[in-house]
Amino acid sequence: MTTDPLLDIVQLGFAWPGQPELLHIPVFQLSRGESLFLQGPSGSGKTTLLGLLGGVQLPGRGQVRLLGQDLASLGSAARDRFRVDHTGYVFQQFNLLPFLSVAENVALPCRFSGLRQRRAHERHGSVAAAIERLLGDLGLPAELRQQPASSLSIGQQQRVAAARALIGQPELVIADEPTSALDADSREAFLRLLFAECQAAGSSLLFVSHDQSLAPLFDRALSLADLNRAAPRTGV
Amino acid sequence: MPLLRLALASLANRRSTVLLTVFAIGLSVCLLLTVERTRHEVRASFASTVSGTDLIVGARSGAVNLLLYSVFRIGNATNNIRWESYQHFAEHPRVKWAIPLSLGDSHRGFRVLGTSEAYFEHFRHGRQQALQLAEGRPFGSEPFEVVLGAEVASSLGYRLDQEIVLAHGVARVSLTHHDDKPFRIVGILKRTGTPVDRTLHVPLQGIEALHVDWRNGMPARGAGRVSAEQARQLDLQPRQITAFLVGLHSRVSTFALQREINQYGGEPLLAILPGVALQELWSLMGVAEQALFVVSLFVVLIGLVGMLTAILSSLNERRREMAILRSVGARPWHIAGLLVMEAGALTLAGILLGLALLYLGLFLAQPPLQSHFGLYLPLTPPGVYEWGLLGAIFATALLMGALPAWRAYRQSLADGLSIRL
Repeated sequence: MTTDPLLDIVQLGFAWPGQPELLHIPVFQLSRGESLFLQGPSGSGKTTLLGLLGGVQLPGRGQVRLLGQDLASLGSAARDRFRVDHTGYVFQQFNLLPFLSVAENVALPCRFSGLRQRRAHERHGSVAAAIERLLGDLGLPAELRQQPASSLSIGQQQRVAAARALIGQPELVIADEPTSALDADSREAFLRLLFAECQAAGSSLLFVSHDQSLAPLFDRALSLADLNRAAPRTGV
Repeated sequence: MPLLRLALASLANRRSTVLLTVFAIGLSVCLLLTVERTRHEVRASFASTVSGTDLIVGARSGAVNLLLYSVFRIGNATNNIRWESYQHFAEHPRVKWAIPLSLGDSHRGFRVLGTSEAYFEHFRHGRQQALQLAEGRPFGSEPFEVVLGAEVASSLGYRLDQEIVLAHGVARVSLTHHDDKPFRIVGILKRTGTPVDRTLHVPLQGIEALHVDWRNGMPARGAGRVSAEQARQLDLQPRQITAFLVGLHSRVSTFALQREINQYGGEPLLAILPGVALQELWSLMGVAEQALFVVSLFVVLIGLVGMLTAILSSLNERRREMAILRSVGARPWHIAGLLVMEAGALTLAGILLGLALLYLGLFLAQPPLQSHFGLYLPLTPPGVYEWGLLGAIFATALLMGALPAWRAYRQSLADGLSIRL
């Protein structure tokens, strides 16, 4: 087993054009299989950090390395491919394309990533079987799978989004406030399902939220404010 | 094709806008195709009105005018020509046949043509097609016989052996009827798709007999009147005709004879080559016809701009859709491709709808068009030219789709993976 971290940030600095530096993260690491709670209020640069981790934005200085690969050294097309091959995303709400069926939504990453399609094949025999298995594990009733995604409740939608993030076993799952639209009971239930599935897929989980109460469920909890050495913004 | 599936599903999600857009494109495509088809059929039927005739001769006026009244039965002759002039050239050694034409009377809006048996023998239309009788026979030596064009017979519901009365002049409602001298229908011609269909053909002697007792453009009164029976006994040799068609033994002598007719000392005559005059006439109509084409092109363009507007205005509300696609691995060019495909799919559906509307329209409009305008629009599949037009529309749409595609490309680069609305 390699001891290299999955995600490795070194002396990262980022500023939006014409603005003071928003992020300065000297060091940050995420190990393989680890689940990390990253706490940060809105406006703290969370979304920007996620953009940097996904290679959608590039750091002004320093490096973001995923699986040892410096994202900035890849071309934009290669970066897009690298992201979908190795990262699954779950967002706060409205994660799904309403006009596709539940199963089609889950299959989307396999359509854009050959690697994830192959892995789904290797582990479950086919993409369709992988979808069945993931949705089943996440407790989504079978009769909903061919329904349009727009017909689901928010809790169901988030479970479908989790299945989509996990299909094809990406090394990293990034969840950005996925539970904020859920009530307290379903919040914890959703998290336990997410943990179990990440474990089964061998994926690390980076969970970003402002809700401190969830932190104890994770392997490790950090605050973005502690991580970020950039001068705190005033007036927000 | 996952992208195409995505594009179609996204379109299906916006059904009402999409249907309206497709409908607008469909209507505009249908309009363009209809204009094009009508244009070509009019041109074709126009060119086939007269064939095999080497020269048309009438009183000196303009070539187009002469062509219009002698062949298309439109307008009137400014002057008649003398029977002697006709005879002079009919017996000319270079002339194979000549058909005298005498116009000026009408029957319920249809023109009456006084002519001779030579008309049925030598007149050609289309690709050298002779006139054929659907029923009956050509008129004989009896002056009060009439042969109907197909359209005259069908729209007025006339049958063989019926007797009809001609009217003086060509106005649709005529105050002067030749009701003392009725004509008997002896033949009905097959449909030709030319002005022949809308013409009543009578012997020259019949025309002469109608007007034998006329003085100064008015029928004689009382004792001066001549009955049909009396007229039959008279010498009905016509003194004047309106024009005549000439066929030559050899087309090589066309220009020589044309010059000879134009310089004829007996009276001022004009000889024209039908092909040249048709060209001249068509170039007059060509402007209107091309204007129609340009207008319908613009209508298609407007249809496509409508589509562009619909796609562009949907972009903002679809930013989330784009961001979701980006988060599951779609690259910006996938997003751009999606929008081009969307434009392509909308236009393709529009084109198919346009074709469907065209054929439905042709199917419904064919009989009335043929009977009212003598225009036959065939239900044939699109030709190379029409496919070319449709292809050009499709290509234009894809090109226009590049604009929202570029906007979405930029937008998805800027928005990244998450967008909170």
